[in-house]
Amino acid sequence: MADVLIEQLIRAAALAVIRDADELTALDAAIGDGDHGINMKRGFDAVLADVANLSAKPWPDFLKGVGTMLVMKVGGASGPLYGTLFMALGKDLPMEPGRDDLIRAFRSAIVAVQARGKSERGQKTMLDVLIPVAEALEAGRAEIGAITLAAHAAADATIPMKAVRGRASFLSERSIGHMDPGARSSALMIEAIGKVLEKA
Amino acid sequence: MESVGVVIVSHSPKVAEGAADMVRQMVGEEVPLAWTGGNPSGGLGTDVGQIMSAIDRAWSDAGVVVLVDLGGAETNSEMAIEMLSDDRRGKVLICNAPVVEGAVVAATEAAGGSSVDTVRQTAEEYSAR
Repeated sequence: MADVLIEQLIRAAALAVIRDADELTALDAAIGDGDHGINMKRGFDAVLADVANLSAKPWPDFLKGVGTMLVMKVGGASGPLYGTLFMALGKDLPMEPGRDDLIRAFRSAIVAVQARGKSERGQKTMLDVLIPVAEALEAGRAEIGAITLAAHAAADATIPMKAVRGRASFLSERSIGHMDPGARSSALMIEAIGKVLEKA
Repeated sequence: MESVGVVIVSHSPKVAEGAADMVRQMVGEEVPLAWTGGNPSGGLGTDVGQIMSAIDRAWSDAGVVVLVDLGGAETNSEMAIEMLSDDRRGKVLICNAPVVEGAVVAATEAAGGSSVDTVRQTAEEYSAR
């Protein structure tokens, strides 16, 4: 049985993406195909619609269920990427994970996303937010406000980067000067998750 | 043995269907063929569930090659292949080739009874010319 926390975390992450879907779409319109917010909203609406069913499951199955839903519903490349993130998060977790288990699973999930997107840090993607956050957690930083700030700073740091993966890479030099929409959606989810954890 | 199957995946259902029409007219009916395009809301994009279903429709025990257009079509096709059953997964290959030309060349090669590896290689070599 999953505890209430996992459901609250997923709900908060979903609502943050849905709330700022228009902004994500606008960011994507500048350097991609202009559907990131629309696609993510479709996926996370489906997650929210199913979250009550999922909440009967333990953490690993809950997260795999969220990932599968995103894979099937999102539609763009962000579906397999975020879907892989959540599925891989669930894959390596014990039934009742502690902080260290979660940090370890977060790193494995990032490695899975790197493999799925054939991408690395510094290529103007969601990884440019996820990797610094994982490093901060692995270094033992526990202050949630600081992790959230680091996530947003990392998303801001994608602005001067040149895209080499995905649709934005067609623009090459012209992708410089715009924030990566996947980095932004990752930072929004981390912020939302942090707010729940602060109250937990 | 049955011919290798061909699946066409485009962001646009019109492109996917049009490419499939070209394969049918230029190669014929003997190659298992399926197409899919559009996201789960019917807009431009691709849909993992629909890609899995297209692979099923074009299934051949000799294997299936998948032609994809841009970015998300490839990522979603890779995901769809991973979600297939263990006995099917290893028989499905994505071709690094343009979707229209690749589909016609792959289907032509498949109609000659070639293996799935040869079908993919021929489609990819054509695109590299």
